[in-house]
Amino acid sequence: MYQSKWRIFTNHAILILGALFMIMPVWIAFASSTHTREFVFQNGLQFWPGEHFFENYGAILFDASATKGRVTALEMLFNSMVLGLGFAIGKVIISMMAAYAIVYFRFKLAVPLFWVVFSTLLLPLEVRIVPSYEVVASLGLLNTYTGLILPLIASATGTFFFRQFYRSVPDELLEAARLDGAGPIRFFIDILVPLSVTMIAAIFIIMFVVGWNQYLWPLLMTTDDQLYTIVIGIKQVYNSLYEGGQIPQFPKAFALTIMATIPPVLVVVVFQRMFVKGLVETEK
Amino acid sequence: MKRVQFEHSAVPYLFVAPQILIISIFFLWPAAQAVYQSFLLEDAFGMSSQFVWFRNFEDVLSSSSWTRSAIFTVVFSVLVSVLSIAISLFLAVRADEVVRGAKSYKTLLMWGYAIAPPVAGLLGNMLFNPLMGDLYMAFNSFGFEFNHIENANDAAFVVILIAVWKQVSVNFIFFLSGLQGIPKSVQEAATLDCKSPERRFWTITFPLLAPTTFFLLVINLTYAFFETFGIIDVSTKGSPGGSTATLVYKVYVDGFLGADLGGSSAQSVLLMIMVSVLTVFQFRFIERKVHY
Repeated sequence: MYQSKWRIFTNHAILILGALFMIMPVWIAFASSTHTREFVFQNGLQFWPGEHFFENYGAILFDASATKGRVTALEMLFNSMVLGLGFAIGKVIISMMAAYAIVYFRFKLAVPLFWVVFSTLLLPLEVRIVPSYEVVASLGLLNTYTGLILPLIASATGTFFFRQFYRSVPDELLEAARLDGAGPIRFFIDILVPLSVTMIAAIFIIMFVVGWNQYLWPLLMTTDDQLYTIVIGIKQVYNSLYEGGQIPQFPKAFALTIMATIPPVLVVVVFQRMFVKGLVETEK
Repeated sequence: MKRVQFEHSAVPYLFVAPQILIISIFFLWPAAQAVYQSFLLEDAFGMSSQFVWFRNFEDVLSSSSWTRSAIFTVVFSVLVSVLSIAISLFLAVRADEVVRGAKSYKTLLMWGYAIAPPVAGLLGNMLFNPLMGDLYMAFNSFGFEFNHIENANDAAFVVILIAVWKQVSVNFIFFLSGLQGIPKSVQEAATLDCKSPERRFWTITFPLLAPTTFFLLVINLTYAFFETFGIIDVSTKGSPGGSTATLVYKVYVDGFLGADLGGSSAQSVLLMIMVSVLTVFQFRFIERKVHY
């Protein structure tokens, strides 16, 4: 296609500016996280990395006092991993099963149950946090992984993704399977699940990132430091920045921020193709 | 629905059971609680409560702080949605045109999807830190007298900037794949008919992207309503004086920090109604009207 030289030049200029707009805040945070706190306090935010990378990140990862609590960043990363994986796995399995029942079976309560599932899309967790907290508390699930993960799975977005996908699977497959004498469970495990592998992977990636980045619910749920995810850790460190009349620990707050950002960003960049496909195709 | 279906009495119930169980315990029950509590008035110690019909709603709707928060939420959501959609559409059109480095540009512009809202909030907060924030100093050195700690408009600007920054990459992904879905033949025909890229964009490309744009508008409004909680909580915390508190942030502040259960529940129920309207609007109106 014809493009003028000027157009080509402005295209690149605009895209480079856009990329810088996205990257600069994170880059400044990274560069500033590799200096001493005195240096950052006196000279402000930094554009070039300093010499204290290993010192600052080592302290955050292994020394609980550096994160202003009783847990190290390593433990927080572990909790985030549990939340991300648990959320993604739970959501994929539960919504695959529910969507299978809704699409492939004729049963009495199909319509009312579908509307119950649909209703969860209307009310995100954010609008019912106080009663959700009370329910989880009354079940004795505060400060447990179960209480952290299950309420987040209650939203049925995944079920709709799979419902959409199953409906695009040709009917002939089911007819053929039935001629061969396959029952519903057999058909699900031997035919439908293998067919959905790309879809499962795409939704898994998206859900992992969504789970990792959860903020409001873990914030309410976890009063015990041992269950802090790294995203919650950021808030704790941020809150205690100006405590105790010392020089604020900006570099370590930045180091924690960078560490919270790297895993989900890596997942998105490494599995970019699958992730984009999943995002664009499922949200339609 | 499928033409061929299984007819089994127990199997489908077995398959939906886990989902329905979780929804009943962690969704239906709390949602019902919220509605129930919104009709109750608790005494100061939380010992007893009485049924007061719509008094909590009357109190909420007539309180100036709620009205102000509602107005802020609407203005904030519209600005965040329109700005982030405009920026990412602009970038996506350019990224669709480039030949050299197309893949790198795509990666560089889309990775932001993975950033958690509170991370974005903290980054923005640091850049606007009066002690050392580069942006804070830059604005002031241009003579703006920028002060987001005390000035409500400046604080709103900070929150909007962070929220837009965080949302650009999602919109970019959708626009770029929408653009790449436009057939080459259409694009070539358009190039033959009008040379100016700007006119081509407004007469051909943008109308073809209308469904994507409307879809993103709804997604962005929901994002600005709910997911910006993390951004606000780690940047302005609703200050100064609650001027940058969205409705969701206010539910949290009143319900959890202020322990006003009835009032917070009434706010929750009002929010539920607003979201329901938005979702029904999305399903009914948008799916039918915008098709080419």
